[in-house]
Amino acid sequence: MYLVIESLIKIGVIIGGLMGAAAYLVLVERRVAAWIQDRRGPNRVGIPLTEIRLFGLGQPIADGVKFIFKEEFVPGHVDRLLYVAAPMVMFVAATVLFAAIPFGTVDLGIAGWAPINLVVVPGLDVGIIYIVAVSSIAVYGVLLGSWASNNKYAFFGGVRSAAQLISYEIPLGVAILGVVLASGSLRLEAIVEAQAETGVWNVLTQPLGFLVFLVASFAESGRLPFDLAESEQELVGGFHTEYSGIKLMMYLVAEYLHMIAGSFLIVLLFLGGWHFWGLTGDGPVAGIGVALVRIAVFLAKVLAVILFFMIARWSWPRFRFDQLMGLAWKVMLPLGLVNLVGVAVWIEYLRAPLAVSGLPERLVMAAAGWLLLGVAWLAAMAAAPSARDNRPDLSLVARYRDSREAR
Amino acid sequence: MKSDDKSIKWVEEPPLGLAGRSYVPLLVGGITTTLKHLAGPKMTVESPEQRHAIVDPLGYRGVHRLNRDAQGRVKCVACFLCATACPAHCIDIVAAESPWPDREKYPESFTIDELRCIFCGMCEEACPVDAIELTSLYDLSGKSREEMIFDKAKLLSVYDQTKDAEPMRSAQADRATDSACPDSGERGEEPI
Repeated sequence: MYLVIESLIKIGVIIGGLMGAAAYLVLVERRVAAWIQDRRGPNRVGIPLTEIRLFGLGQPIADGVKFIFKEEFVPGHVDRLLYVAAPMVMFVAATVLFAAIPFGTVDLGIAGWAPINLVVVPGLDVGIIYIVAVSSIAVYGVLLGSWASNNKYAFFGGVRSAAQLISYEIPLGVAILGVVLASGSLRLEAIVEAQAETGVWNVLTQPLGFLVFLVASFAESGRLPFDLAESEQELVGGFHTEYSGIKLMMYLVAEYLHMIAGSFLIVLLFLGGWHFWGLTGDGPVAGIGVALVRIAVFLAKVLAVILFFMIARWSWPRFRFDQLMGLAWKVMLPLGLVNLVGVAVWIEYLRAPLAVSGLPERLVMAAAGWLLLGVAWLAAMAAAPSARDNRPDLSLVARYRDSREAR
Repeated sequence: MKSDDKSIKWVEEPPLGLAGRSYVPLLVGGITTTLKHLAGPKMTVESPEQRHAIVDPLGYRGVHRLNRDAQGRVKCVACFLCATACPAHCIDIVAAESPWPDREKYPESFTIDELRCIFCGMCEEACPVDAIELTSLYDLSGKSREEMIFDKAKLLSVYDQTKDAEPMRSAQADRATDSACPDSGERGEEPI
């Protein structure tokens, strides 16, 4: 009974917080986009029915009301069942992801109460596998929606998105494996605690893995420079071309949740989770004050990563599709494997002799990680496998033409 | 056109240099530009409170006005030149015999459909007595189509509203032509 109430409270907080965060992050994104484009962005809508503006903080309410009251047009040529189901699949998959995101453990200091684990599903031993598995269900949402729309733009978008998500899941997984190997656990709490204990975040020791994971999570959340699934200039709207009203909102919110989930994962796996030097302590269980500081630090880090996602959107041009795939298979996957092998070799062969030699282990490991990053980057540069010219080979064209004329 | 068509001229891309291959300078360059604009000055004019400064209000083609003469009467003599010149056919004039001795006709009703108007300024150029002019008011809006059909009273009220900021062009033209133009006397004889 007690457990049920605790879980319900956690679920309520997470769902409420997520929906609010998604709505307000849309506002943040619009403001940031406007500033980058030398505009001011939506700064008018404040408290409804008054003149108070509040820097546009009422905008998400207005947006939501607009989406809900918009006509929900269903084209006649769609497959109704799948058309209705697809956004729900995507939305649910994006929401249940957050069941395994840990915010640390708090000890309320009340006698007889066990420390409360601030996560909807405490002690999930396969936390990271669960998150990766659930997040890949998004592919079904996209594919179902695009197929059910019965529209060629939507279909193109869906196929592109499926290819992209499946391709980038591999570098993503390989990058995660490096962290898992170093921490020795699939539990996200354990991964964070391992970073907090030593005070050295995984981004310092595995910069190559961080790079691969960052690029892959950009691609997984389908944002620029990898938003080929819905590139407006080519595909109208991509897989949600035929959607409108609340269903479109579900798609858009689900994409936002994927970006938020990606940011959470980056922070958990590579940026030390709730840990910050000299601010949050390093033990697994915290008192209530420290726990609040930890949550604040955690959310601040996540927000910083999300802001980076938003700024990156306006900084770099979109990849061409063959370049996107080339980047996944010919650059990111090998780089991820190099990182994985590097970590494995470190743990198996180099850790023990280093402990004997008395050198600071983490420092040497960080140096080795950055060295590995540099070498791997240079190797990728020399090969330049994704910088490919995909125009027809003119000598082949000429030969074909000559042979045809000869015939 | 097929890719082996002989009339196609293929332009060779320059090969990727070190910068392009390593991505780093390009990534840094992109994000530097972004951050510069993020912090830089904004172009937005907060419209209802701030207004765009119109460089030449007399040359601007906004909402029409019907000018008044010195005695406050409508200047128009109902000659229909503006209605004839109008390419959008948005001016509708009903002429009547003038109650004043200095002209034969005057407009009993003078309506402009602002929704049809294309703000080309031909009416202003056609007018022989400088009765119709375009002001620099650019934000005209209404809640119904009927509201956007301006009648004589409304057009005269636009004049009352803008006469201080934008004096009649004829007044200026007279001042200019009196000294320079030889046919200024002719202009002075025009009915006002």
